Amino acid sequence: MRIALAATCIADAMFPQAPRATVQLLERLGHEVYFPEQQTCCGQMHVNTGYFDEAVPVIRNHVETFAPALDGEWDAIVVPSGSCTGSIRHQQAMVCRRAGQEKLGATAEALAAKTYELSELLVDVLGVTDVGAHFPHRVTYHPTCHSLRMIRVGDKPLQLLRAVDGIDLVELPGAESCCGFGGTFALKNSETSTAMLSDKMSNVKSTGAEVVTAGDYSCLMHIGGGLSKLRSGVRTMHLAEILASTQSAPTPVDVEAAPGRDSEAEAAR
Amino acid sequence: MSTFLGFPTRRGAKTLPDDGAHPGAPGTSAGPGWADDVPHPEAPLRWGATFPEAAKQALGNTQLRRNLAHATSTIRAKRAAVVGEVPDWEELRDAGSTIKAHVMSDLPRLLEELERNVTARGGVVHWARDAAEANQIVTDLVKATGETEVVKVKSMVTQEIGLNEALAEEGIAAFETDLAELIVQLADDMPSHILVPAIHRNRSEIREIFLERMGDAPPDLTDAPRELAMAARAHLRRKFLSAKVAISGANFAVADTGTLAVVESEGNGRMCLTLPETLITVMGIEKLIPTYQDLEVFMALLPRSSTGERMNPYTSLWTGVTPGDGPQEFHLVLLDNGRSKALADDVGRAALHCIRCSACLNVCPVYERVGGHAYGSVYPGPIGAVLTPQLTGSTGRSDPNNSLPYASTLCGACYDVCPVKIDIPSLLVHLRAREVDQDRGRPTAWGAAMKAASFVMARPGRFELAEKAGGVTRVLGGSKGRITSLPFPGSKWTDARDLPVLPKQSFREWWADEHAATETDPRGERRSSEAPDGGGSPSADRTDTETTGDAR
Repeated sequence: MRIALAATCIADAMFPQAPRATVQLLERLGHEVYFPEQQTCCGQMHVNTGYFDEAVPVIRNHVETFAPALDGEWDAIVVPSGSCTGSIRHQQAMVCRRAGQEKLGATAEALAAKTYELSELLVDVLGVTDVGAHFPHRVTYHPTCHSLRMIRVGDKPLQLLRAVDGIDLVELPGAESCCGFGGTFALKNSETSTAMLSDKMSNVKSTGAEVVTAGDYSCLMHIGGGLSKLRSGVRTMHLAEILASTQSAPTPVDVEAAPGRDSEAEAAR
Repeated sequence: MSTFLGFPTRRGAKTLPDDGAHPGAPGTSAGPGWADDVPHPEAPLRWGATFPEAAKQALGNTQLRRNLAHATSTIRAKRAAVVGEVPDWEELRDAGSTIKAHVMSDLPRLLEELERNVTARGGVVHWARDAAEANQIVTDLVKATGETEVVKVKSMVTQEIGLNEALAEEGIAAFETDLAELIVQLADDMPSHILVPAIHRNRSEIREIFLERMGDAPPDLTDAPRELAMAARAHLRRKFLSAKVAISGANFAVADTGTLAVVESEGNGRMCLTLPETLITVMGIEKLIPTYQDLEVFMALLPRSSTGERMNPYTSLWTGVTPGDGPQEFHLVLLDNGRSKALADDVGRAALHCIRCSACLNVCPVYERVGGHAYGSVYPGPIGAVLTPQLTGSTGRSDPNNSLPYASTLCGACYDVCPVKIDIPSLLVHLRAREVDQDRGRPTAWGAAMKAASFVMARPGRFELAEKAGGVTRVLGGSKGRITSLPFPGSKWTDARDLPVLPKQSFREWWADEHAATETDPRGERRSSEAPDGGGSPSADRTDTETTGDAR
């Protein structure tokens, strides 16, 4: 299958390990992955903060980038993020139409129908749950609100994780509760956000997991930021990173290898 | 805030006759055994503080947080269990949503139909544009009976208009008869939940409130729930038997019959609705349903969503006046108070579908942490965050209610449980956009940041440059590899969370290294060859000729 990757702005800039793992995983499964380099962002942050007019040019760029999918250039578009997939599916067309850009809205809607979050692509489109991954670590899964309630991935990520060789998957208490990120909510209502984060971290810690995983690096940035502040020794990792991990090319789990710490790791060498 | 007999009073309020019913502690509000953290507001829909300010205070109240965590998780589990046993729950939600959408699209005609049918059956209908008009109508009606005491059925709409306070100013004492509402009233407190107004209290606090304020509480009262309920029961009984006037709200009003409905658990409502000679019902105009048969949908949806019961213990239905049976005088006050304004917004109007079940409060992770008082309105929680600002409208940039649509992470739990499928997250986003659009033209930090981000993200070249500039975070992070402390406003993040520094290689750089050399896709090649200075000019292949940017 020819699959176009929408890496998401936050992962492109801050957490490249997620789209990188997505590429490695899909190529390992025998698919051709493309990264249309004109892409930047889906516009979600602008939309959710109420800046619809400012979102339009961002959405336009996204739509124009991926429009060739409608001509058969790619069979599907994959997004390693539940909330960006949700915004593409449920917000882009609405925002375009509200700005009077009917044609752009219609194209956005057509593209949304070909756009899948990673676990959706694997389970629903490619029909695979055992991706041949090997990850011998204790892991807990946080479902993230938009994966769970906006695009309704259900237990697809868990199906994929359960099939991973060697994994010790433990249930996260209060899993369906929001971690408190909410985009700009974390800044506009930072105290409330922190109170929610604190409960999420307690639940993560209670599992004894080494790794908390999710399908969204934005939520993981929040949870991981808190866990790092506490020197908890628990690290965050995108679902794709676990699924990309194999016996011969394992994804390292030590906190030193965590995102953003490459400079130190290199310095130590 | 001064109190008299446990009632909130305003400056200039007339002294009430002291019948020993609620001896309180005039001049103080909090008693020895409970916290009092919310002064009585002048405006029931706009208490004064912004959500972040009020939330910060609430988050420091450990008792409140513990009470709420316990109460909301208990009621969440109960609701989930009884909803799970209804096989056609989703169809019921669709039906409820459709009926309400119909009501909103035909409201003027349905209201006149209701008025005709109530009038034909011996009731009197009054129309109130706002809280002041409604309070005046009710006050005049009570005065006309010559009574100075009324009993009340728990009602959100009379909280919304501040009826008790308005009556007190005219020398009329209003006695709340719902147990939780009684607790709130005795403590000179404000409700913090639509259904369970005293949810922020635990039973130890309730015992203290009863002992201090009720007057006739047994001195050896313990905090056993049964004992507390029995004390309230004995206290209220005398009021039920002596009251000549009752005031209620309404859960539903049926247009085609003129029937009113009150759904409750304790039987206090039934007492108030049947024993007094005069009944005055105040209802928001959105409480209408078209036909009697429509009740079957809502009677299936409401109790399960609200209290987590299959059926509530008491459902009272009445139609006008029945000679020799129940109140012989019935007045219905139809209240607008901002509802027409909400109706004019074709997206926002969905908030008027609300049947006040409070399921959205019980599942909201924000409400669970901060409680109801933080929302600065008698309508708290997710539904309050979309309803309150629409009812009040915005008075300008400093209106604290502007902060309400942002009091959510958009987690979507509220939408999932709403029995009439109000898409609260989408409404919140809509109201945010409305606020942003109303405020355009004024430079704000958020506006500048969003415009800058839009400029950067509209073109890949600019975005790539911004990524490269992100290398500065590696300086900020230093040898730690993480940013642990930023100046304001970054401190709002780093106070509780570290921030990773940007990696040396962005994804797109990795892709270029690994894949671009072998890229065979012509589009990929062409696109990757775009200059990173990024083309302020649209690329040649843009086929969509609509204008970019701020078309509006």
